[in-house]
Amino acid sequence: MTETISESPAPAPDPAPQAPGEPLLDVRGLVKYFPVKGGGLVRRKMLNVRAVDGIDLSVAPGESVGLVGESGCGKSTTGRLISRLLEPTGGSIRYDGTDITHATRKQIAPIRSQIQMIFQDPYSSLNPRQTVGAIVSSPMEVNGIDPEGGRKKRVQELLERVGLNPEHYNRFPHEFSGGQRQRIGIARALALQPRLIVADEPVSALDVSIQAQVVNLLQGLQRDMGIAFVFIAHDLAVVRHFSQRVAVMYLGKIVEIADRTSLYSNPHHPYTHTLLAAVPEADPDKSANRTRVHAFGDMPSPINPPSGCRFRTRCPKAQDVCANEEPPLIGIETLLEGHRVACHFPGPLEATAKAEETMPEERIEAALEAGISSDPE
Amino acid sequence: MAASTETTAEQPTGKGKGKGAPEPLGRHAGAAEGGSDAFLSVRDLRVHFSTDDGVVKAVDGLSFDVEKGRTLGIVGESGSGKSVSSLTILGLHNREKTKIEGEIRFDGNELVKMPERKLRDLRGRRISMIFQDPLTALSPFYTVGEQIAESYRRHMGANRHDAHARAIEMLDRVGIPNPKTRVNDYPHHFSGGMRQRAMIAMSLVCDPDLLIADEPTTALDVTVQAQILDLLRDLQDEFGTAILFITHDLGVIASMAHDVLVMYAGRSVEKGTVREVLKNPRHPYTWGLLSSMPNLSGDVDIPLRPVRGTPPSLLAPPSGCPFHPRCDYVDVVGGDSCSTERPALTLAEGRGAACHLTAEDKQRIFIDDVRPLLG
Repeated sequence: MTETISESPAPAPDPAPQAPGEPLLDVRGLVKYFPVKGGGLVRRKMLNVRAVDGIDLSVAPGESVGLVGESGCGKSTTGRLISRLLEPTGGSIRYDGTDITHATRKQIAPIRSQIQMIFQDPYSSLNPRQTVGAIVSSPMEVNGIDPEGGRKKRVQELLERVGLNPEHYNRFPHEFSGGQRQRIGIARALALQPRLIVADEPVSALDVSIQAQVVNLLQGLQRDMGIAFVFIAHDLAVVRHFSQRVAVMYLGKIVEIADRTSLYSNPHHPYTHTLLAAVPEADPDKSANRTRVHAFGDMPSPINPPSGCRFRTRCPKAQDVCANEEPPLIGIETLLEGHRVACHFPGPLEATAKAEETMPEERIEAALEAGISSDPE
Repeated sequence: MAASTETTAEQPTGKGKGKGAPEPLGRHAGAAEGGSDAFLSVRDLRVHFSTDDGVVKAVDGLSFDVEKGRTLGIVGESGSGKSVSSLTILGLHNREKTKIEGEIRFDGNELVKMPERKLRDLRGRRISMIFQDPLTALSPFYTVGEQIAESYRRHMGANRHDAHARAIEMLDRVGIPNPKTRVNDYPHHFSGGMRQRAMIAMSLVCDPDLLIADEPTTALDVTVQAQILDLLRDLQDEFGTAILFITHDLGVIASMAHDVLVMYAGRSVEKGTVREVLKNPRHPYTWGLLSSMPNLSGDVDIPLRPVRGTPPSLLAPPSGCPFHPRCDYVDVVGGDSCSTERPALTLAEGRGAACHLTAEDKQRIFIDDVRPLLG
C-alpha cells in the first residue's frame, strides 16, 4: 500500500495578525458549563464544570488560528461549541455575520455545511460498517447535494485530493492504516466545500512520519482552497507550524493570543513560558541551553477554579492582586499589535524564570497540593 | 566533540572479561559492545508471534546493552517492536504463542530460558517497569500505599507495618505532598501526573538495578511530562539505576537518554550516543523522523518533509533493507543491494547505522539535504 504524496506545500502567506474586514467567525464571551452532581450524600448540590469561561476569538476567512493548552483547558469544548455540536451556556458565536449561538437545527442547517470538523481518533470517527464511498458521500446525501457528474465522481475526486487511491471507493475503514483513515476523515470534511474547518487534534494519534504527511496535506488545502481553520492541539510545535495566530488556553480562558512569531519568540504570560519550556526538543543543544520555567503540580479543578487569575496557584510571579482581580486579556505597548496577554505582571521569559528562583517553598507545596486530586469531591 | 568521550567508556578497558563474550552470528564484528560494564545485554533477539494470518516478526535480530547509571533510549514508531522487546526482557509475553530466540543476559543471568518461578524473584525486585497508562496499571481496588507495599513485602519479607512506612517514604521521594495521608488514597483520587508518580514509587520500592520505562510520559501533558522526566533523572543520579527508556518522541529522548537505539520493523537501524544520533544522524529513517518533526524555533515556511508511504507489515516485511520501499536514497546506493541485501548494523565504538550508503554519501546527504530542514 503506497500513499501518493501529492501535497508539497509552499509557504503559506502570513496574513496580518488581526485581518481587516469582517471576520468569518467571531466569538464573544463564549461560556460552557457542564452541570455535575456535587458532594454530600443527602443534599446534593449541582455544581458546574466551567469548561469554557468567557473567551473571545475571531477567525478571518482563510486564516488558521491555533488553540493550545493542556488536557482540561477547554480547547476541545471550544471547538465543539464553534461547530455547534454543543449548546453554549452564554456568549455569542457569529458566523459570516449571522448569529448562530442558539440557532435551531433547522436554522443552522444551511450553515452546517460550511463548518466541518476533523476529529482526533481516525478509528472511532469512521463507521466501520460503511464503505469509504458511503462515508465520504454521506454529507452530500444528508444535505441533498448532487454535484455535477454524480456523487461517486465527486467522492473519487476528493479521495484523490487527500492522497488516496480513488479506486478504494468500495473498501472499508479497517483496510486502511491510521494515517489513511485520517485522510478519509479529511475527505469527508471537504465534501461540502466548507469555509471553516474545526480540526480537533487531527494528528495527535498518528506516528511522527505520518503526522507530517497529514499536516502538509491540511496546509495544502488551506492554501489552495482558502479554507479557514481552528486548529486545536496540545503539541505546540505542530500548532506553530500550522497556524498563523495562536491562542493559549488555561482552565477555560485564553491567557495569551498573538501572531505565531510574536507568541513563540516573545511570550509574555508565565503560563505560556511554562508550557513552552516543557516542550522537549530533539536538538540536544537547544534542549540544554533553554531557560527552564517549571510547572508545579497539576491544573486545579475547573469546578472550583482559583479566584482572580486562574494560573496564580502555580505562578512564580503571583501576588495578592492576582487572587483578587481577574486580569483582562489586553494588548501591551511593547508588543506587536494583536498580541494580548491576561496577566497582572506580564513580562519576558527571563523575568518569570527569575521569579521562580525566589518562589517560597510553601507556595510550591501549595501548588502541588492544589492540583493533586483529579476528583472534585 | 566533548560528548563523544563518553562513548569510550563503552570500550573494554582492560578488564578483559567482557571481551571474550562471543558475538552471535558475527554480525557485530568490531563492536565495542559486550564490555564488562554491560549490565543488561541483549543479543540477536528475535520475537515471533504466530497469528491466524502467519508469523509476525515483531522483533527480528535486535542487540543492545544497558549499563549501570545510564539510560538507553529506544525510539521507534508504532509496530517497530520497541515495546515487545521490553516485555520480553521481563518474560511478560504469552509463552505458548511466542517464539523467542537470542540471548538476554542480565547481570550474569540468562533470562530467555529462565523458569517463571525464578523470573518472579527478579521482577519488581531487580528489574521493574513503568507503564504508559498509570490508570490501567494501578488496581482501582487497593490503596496506592497497599500497591506500593505489596512488592516490598513479597521481595523483602517486610511486615505490614514496615512496608507501610516504606510506602510513605517512597511517596515522599517521588514528590507527593502529604504522603502520610495520601498513602491511604485510591488511584482515582490522584490526578494523572500524581498517578504516574505513584507508579514510579511502586517500581522503585525495592531499589531495582534496572528500570524499564515504556512510554512513561506519553499519556501526560507536557508540563507534567517535564516534571516526571526531571524526577526520573534525579532518581537515576541518586541510585545509579540503569534505565531502558522506550518512546516515540525524539524530544523526550534528547532530554532523557545517554544512548539511543532507533528501531524500524523489529530491527535496530541506528545506534550511538544521544548527541551522535540526533546531531549527526546517519540513517535515512532517522533523517526522516527528524525532518518530519516541526520545532519551536525553525523557519515556519520550510515545509515538513515526511517519510513517504506507510510502515511495513511485519507479517511480510520487505526484502533486503526493511526501509528501502520508503527510502529516498536507494538510487544513490545503486544496484539492487537495498532490495536484496539486509544491511548489518556494524558498530564502531558503539556507533553505527544499518544502511548501504557509504560513509561519505551519508555525510554529504545529511549536510546538504537534511540539516537545512532541522532549523
